[in-house]
Amino acid sequence: MRIRALTIRIIRQFVRDKRTLALLFLAPLLVLTLMYFVFNGREIKPDLGIAGVPPAMEERIAQSGARVVRYDDADQANRALEGGDLDATLTLDNGRPALRLEGSDPSMSKAVLLLLRQAMQQDAPGVQLQISYLYGKADLTSFDSFGPVLIGFFSFFFVFLLAGVAFLRERTTGTLERLLATPIRRSEVVAGYLTGFGLFTLFQAALIAGYAIGVLGMYMDGSVWLVLLLNLLLTLTALTLGTLLSSFAGSEFQIIQFIPLVIVPQVFFSGLFNLEAMNPWLQKLSYLMPLYYGADAMRAVMIRGEGLSAIQLDVYVLLAFSVAFALLNVLALKKQRPI
Amino acid sequence: MNDPLSPSPVVELDGISRAFGGRAVLDGITLQVGRGELFGLLGPSGSGKTTLIKLITGIDRADRGVVRLLGERMPRLSMLQRFGYMAQSDALYAELTAKENLMFFGALYGLGGVRREERIRSAMAVVDLLEHLNKPVSAYSGGMKRRLSLAIALLHEPELLILDEPTVGIDPVLRQSIWRELLALRDRGTTLILTTHVMDEADRCDRVGLIRDGRLTAVGSPADLKARTGTATIEDAFIAIGGGARV
Ligand SMILES: Nc1ncnc2c1ncn2[C@@H]1O[C@H](COP(=O)(O)OP(=O)(O)O)[C@@H](O)[C@H]1O
Ligand SMILES: [Mg+2]
Repeated sequence: MRIRALTIRIIRQFVRDKRTLALLFLAPLLVLTLMYFVFNGREIKPDLGIAGVPPAMEERIAQSGARVVRYDDADQANRALEGGDLDATLTLDNGRPALRLEGSDPSMSKAVLLLLRQAMQQDAPGVQLQISYLYGKADLTSFDSFGPVLIGFFSFFFVFLLAGVAFLRERTTGTLERLLATPIRRSEVVAGYLTGFGLFTLFQAALIAGYAIGVLGMYMDGSVWLVLLLNLLLTLTALTLGTLLSSFAGSEFQIIQFIPLVIVPQVFFSGLFNLEAMNPWLQKLSYLMPLYYGADAMRAVMIRGEGLSAIQLDVYVLLAFSVAFALLNVLALKKQRPI
Repeated sequence: MNDPLSPSPVVELDGISRAFGGRAVLDGITLQVGRGELFGLLGPSGSGKTTLIKLITGIDRADRGVVRLLGERMPRLSMLQRFGYMAQSDALYAELTAKENLMFFGALYGLGGVRREERIRSAMAVVDLLEHLNKPVSAYSGGMKRRLSLAIALLHEPELLILDEPTVGIDPVLRQSIWRELLALRDRGTTLILTTHVMDEADRCDRVGLIRDGRLTAVGSPADLKARTGTATIEDAFIAIGGGARV
């Protein structure tokens, strides 16, 4: 009953606070849209050099939006690729199709790959495409490939901020003290906050994922429910971490100061940046970052279309983070009331 | 504890001390408040009244000494149900209406359904805010917020009311009406402990405790204190005892 009362109160306060609602629901969409235009804004029409490819296939490739240039043999085509005239070459190597990508522009490489995969699925299903790169590697860093990380990050970031500020305000306005002068348990306070905010973060998770996939057309190969589950787990972690850290902040500004300390490092370790050059010992820091697990699992689901069994570990770790932070919250409330 | 000849005191403080960061704020306070009493804590600002109130309620824990509330050693979670509390600063949710605030706190004290509705109306009638029940608290004046805080303290009809500066910021006319209600509550058997700055309020208490620099300098009925110091007003008595403290 007390948890329910607290939940209802939080929902009521939230609904009255239009600006905060907007921050929670619209800001992530705005930033995602910007990201989308930054990374996906230009229409891509790759220049594809071909040699020895069956005419039917050449036809289809041309139809699907590439500018096709025919060469007499593979060497000639590849020389043109090195000369910067082409984005990719498609040749036959011992009877098997071989694709060589220029590779310096990941979004271009991706466009070529997509185009060829579609073309080949119809003409030569089951045939393995040999892929090589003139420059760079197969690592994609376009909106599609880090989109899942962005979805997780925005859920995490905005919930962290709002939960931190809301709990801090409860403390600095004296209502927390008043609340703790009632027979409510410390664990009930934390549970009430989790439920009240949890409902909003659930909406937020659904909205962000739905917008990114449905409106922005982010690449999505897995189950929507798993994406929602992961987003919810990430936001629960953000919620518990935000309220926990707010016990150590004296003002809203001090909550902001946690961003470079708590949020920014997570971005570096979340898979947006390649960490191979980093000291392996430092790389292990990523195991401490909730966002690392969230992003890893989101990628597995959205890009590789994997199921629950593949992301089990991530799910458990995120749950463990939430539970640990929530318990620490209950302990931290001892500062406000000894019992 | 239940000696029928001398009913156990509602509040029993035995040698309690509290320090913050090495600075003693309360020092060896011993005091008893009997059932049905209207007890006033009088002292200048910063003397430790609020700190003492928090120790009595169990929101804070004494460094030394024993606090008993209704016979139970504090702090104790279940005892928080047994008293109504009004904090020195109004702790209200400004985005919510008065009614939503009352519903929230009512639920925390285990009130629900029709009974909660009844109690909300009756408590708001006491503080004369019934017609503003559905206004958001952000539209309340300072005095109205104070009264709403009092209504919240009255909500679950506790046998003990602990009020920290209940009449600060309330105009004289309303102050009179609130005092009438406090006295009526006392007459119906409720025990009241309140802190105050205002001397004529101290005069209306059954007993007052004068607190200065964390020590209880005198305890007694207003008449008793005046007689002891040979002064005509409680203000003079306070000055005589407290050594010129401004109240
Ligand atoms: N949590 C705290 N930490 C440090 N000092 C405190 C704390 N609470 C109260 N004090 C100090 O204790 C003294 C008494 O405060 P208080 O009990 O609020 O006085 P009063 O209610 O009589 O005005 C003040 O000097 C105040 O600064
Ligand atoms: Mg005070």
